[in-house]
Amino acid sequence: MEEYLLFNSPGYPVLSYIMLMPLVGALVCHVLRDDLALRIWGLIVTVLTALASLPLYMLFDRTSARYQFAEVRAWIPALDLNYVVGVDGISVLLVLLTTLMMPLCILCSWHFIRDRLAEFIIVLLLMEAAMIGVFISLNTVLFYIFWEGMLVPMYLLIAVWGGPRKDYASIKFFLYTLAGSVFLLLALIVLYVQTDTFFIPELMSAELTFPLQMLIFISCAVAFAIKIPLYPFHTWLPVAHVEAPTAGSVILASLLLKMGCYGFLRLALPIAPDAARFCAPVMIGLALVSIVLGGCLALAQTDIKRLIAYSSVAHMGFATLGIFLFSSQGIRGALLQMINHGVVTGALFIGVGMLYERTGSREIHNNSGLSMLMPAFVAFMALFGLAAMGFPGTNGFVGEFLIMLAAFGVSPPAAALLVPGVVLGAAYMLRLLQKLIWADCDGVYCLPVHAGDGFYVTLRDLSAREWCLMAVLAAPVVWVGLYPGPLLDIMNCSVEHLLLHCAAP
Amino acid sequence: MADTLVLFSPELSLAGMAVVFFACALTRPHALLLQAAAMAFALMALIASTFTYASGGVLFAGAYRVDSFSQTFKILISLGMLLVVWLGTGLRGVKRSVRPEYYFFFALSCLGLMMMCSATELLTILLSLEISSFAVYILIPLRFGVGQRAPLEAGIKYILFGLVATGITLYGMSYLFGLTGTTELVAMMAALPRPLSLQPLALIGLVMMLCGIFYKLALFPMHFWMPDIFVGAAHETTAFVATIPKIAATALLIRVVTLCGPSQQLSTMLAIMAVLSMTLGNLLALAQEDIKRLLAYSSIAHAGYLIIGVLCIEPFGLLSSMYYIYGYLWMSLACFFVIYNLSDDGRNIRFRDLRGLYKRSPIMAGVLVLGAIGLAGLPPTIGFTGKFMIFAAALKQKHYWLVGLAVFNVCISAFYYLRLVRAAYSNVEQETEHIELGAAARLMCLLIIVAIIAGGLLPQNFLSLARGGLLAIMP
Repeated sequence: MEEYLLFNSPGYPVLSYIMLMPLVGALVCHVLRDDLALRIWGLIVTVLTALASLPLYMLFDRTSARYQFAEVRAWIPALDLNYVVGVDGISVLLVLLTTLMMPLCILCSWHFIRDRLAEFIIVLLLMEAAMIGVFISLNTVLFYIFWEGMLVPMYLLIAVWGGPRKDYASIKFFLYTLAGSVFLLLALIVLYVQTDTFFIPELMSAELTFPLQMLIFISCAVAFAIKIPLYPFHTWLPVAHVEAPTAGSVILASLLLKMGCYGFLRLALPIAPDAARFCAPVMIGLALVSIVLGGCLALAQTDIKRLIAYSSVAHMGFATLGIFLFSSQGIRGALLQMINHGVVTGALFIGVGMLYERTGSREIHNNSGLSMLMPAFVAFMALFGLAAMGFPGTNGFVGEFLIMLAAFGVSPPAAALLVPGVVLGAAYMLRLLQKLIWADCDGVYCLPVHAGDGFYVTLRDLSAREWCLMAVLAAPVVWVGLYPGPLLDIMNCSVEHLLLHCAAP
Repeated sequence: MADTLVLFSPELSLAGMAVVFFACALTRPHALLLQAAAMAFALMALIASTFTYASGGVLFAGAYRVDSFSQTFKILISLGMLLVVWLGTGLRGVKRSVRPEYYFFFALSCLGLMMMCSATELLTILLSLEISSFAVYILIPLRFGVGQRAPLEAGIKYILFGLVATGITLYGMSYLFGLTGTTELVAMMAALPRPLSLQPLALIGLVMMLCGIFYKLALFPMHFWMPDIFVGAAHETTAFVATIPKIAATALLIRVVTLCGPSQQLSTMLAIMAVLSMTLGNLLALAQEDIKRLLAYSSIAHAGYLIIGVLCIEPFGLLSSMYYIYGYLWMSLACFFVIYNLSDDGRNIRFRDLRGLYKRSPIMAGVLVLGAIGLAGLPPTIGFTGKFMIFAAALKQKHYWLVGLAVFNVCISAFYYLRLVRAAYSNVEQETEHIELGAAARLMCLLIIVAIIAGGLLPQNFLSLARGGLLAIMP
């Protein structure tokens, strides 16, 4: 087992720490009574977790494809099951994305959540622990426990603090993802029965027959495609997004959707490489459909949250496409796209949340023509909007560019189909930004209609807290957009190793 | 003699409990005192079973085997007793005047169930089955607060179905006796022809004999009694009937199938019952509004999951079943704990009564959610680890279709377990009063939460205990 692992933790078991800190923090929440104390405590825990996770970036050995910061402990000897965690170039950035997004989730619901605050913070912290757990698990049982562990907190997040149709949205989310997960469970058990190990690197090197690989790949693909979500499994996403509170949407879009792609990279591809290559055309086809369909649907929305939700379908389609091109640029582009989408879509949802707190509506026509009223807000929204449509100089460009480059290299027809997807992306984002910023104020649907009853003047620009949120998110947009080198470096070795492993014999 | 007494000490503590409560029935002690005494006796049985875990012996002319296996289950039974008595603090659902009698029959029934774990002879098996059933016949109608009709109806149904099950069991036993000429389980199973398909009568006899066990487990086709008994009996009684008899039945079932040895025919028979039980239980549970009726159908479904481990007839499968029943004890007690404490006047709880539970008592809502997601088989609970092990065992034995159907059932069941969660966490418009739990109940909440999560994540202790037990009976 040791040959796959690198034990370079900085004096303390960093991965277990960042996974356990939110859990311990959640326990403490039970005794806190005061609302402000709870909020501050939630912020402290998530910020400390984020700080504790920074060594992952600084001490990561960029020349090794092994699983780093590894920890091994005996767990259930009766099943020959160990607690094994570690990160490689594929997961380390996602762990960092998780730890860095969570303080923002607490911050963005600072005023909005008043009801059941203690439970809210607890649920957020449980989510954080489970998501970090998924990214660091090197053992299929552990992976599945965390994978399913995300389900109930997310369900509660929508069902308790959600919008008017929360019952429908939450149960749809739950049943959809659960149905996917049981297939995953089945695949993992079959793998165990066939190979007698739960350890992912050992599973990777197991020689499986092609039919078995197909079985594993298809079961996994159903689970992961639902999470991504890939056409035709995407229908739960818009409903869940619209009803979820802002923090829920941010977690859902920024982090939860990454689980699907991550699952492909961590389990489906390396364990069933032949089946993955065999199914790649289908997956690429579905990804293309997601991109175009997501773009078309986003173009037709009047609810901003719905629009961004459908744009997520398109963006994650890009990431899936990148993965199944089986080229270094494609997978690196996909990983970068996942990070970018996490930052940008999270920021857009936070922005919509801010609007909703002010105007009580998420309809575009109730929120139009804001440039005079909230200049700082629209400036940030414009930046994130441009990043979402892949404008050069922003992070969105780098990811999409790499994927398109890979696509042209591998299959020009597929790449040609990408072009309308990119154009659609620009269309729906520019339409949103145009309405949001400059919409014609003489129109029936414009804000001045409300000016009579004092609605108009109550729109404040960003507060200090909101400035802080937006600025923190804007930094990586520009930084990755102009200088993506460090991020690409960190994933390089692991991606090459994965490709080597998946290469056709 | 002294040795016999030591080996028989768990049963003796329960017999002592029965005698003491019989005497108590002449006076009318305070309810709390009664409960404390009952818990003390249960604890005594628990300690006695733990101390005799490592020792073994054959008692009563070969009719009764005490070994690590039986003691493992006796530990579970006495643990279950302790928890059920603890859960029913105050016995709100039982008339004041019959409370000592309630514990008397409770002790008798548990005594019968304990004997079932050690019985290795047809007569002892029948005796233990009957002792445990007869006491429950009387426990069920002892209900206060909902009128006479439902409890009496439940009691009559339990008697009638129970007698039918006994009849079938006896009939099956007569076949087996006729084939082998002995009532000793070990000798009898050894004398049966192998494979069982050579002598269809043997298979039929065996399955008919197992019907008595299936009745206790509420496995299809012996499940009919469960929903009505759940609804009719008091919550305390239901918590008991739902859990402890199932533990004892699992013990006897495992003993019989290990003695019988791997058999394709027996596995297939059990697989059919498992599938029907799961599917029927889960589909019917979808339509229920009464929480106890829902739990009854879910209990039928869980008997199906449990049997999947047993029908593998190899150590890992049996181990998973033992673990599963242990987990089931905790998860189902979690649900009954909430039902009991929510229903202050003893009425049955429906979905609308659960609404807004998270406002009225956050900790109870937490317990209910853990119980529900545990029963649904989601991590990180004991129910997940149990299902995981059972499915792994069945896949190892290449029961692909069976596991496929079971997984399909897990998806169905998630819907109604989620309804419980949704009801508990849904908003209510009007203000409802807060539910105050006593210190004992709060402690039990914590215990249940810790057991469900820690039992799921760190199952090693129980597994080594159960493995030791299994080694004692594996041929």
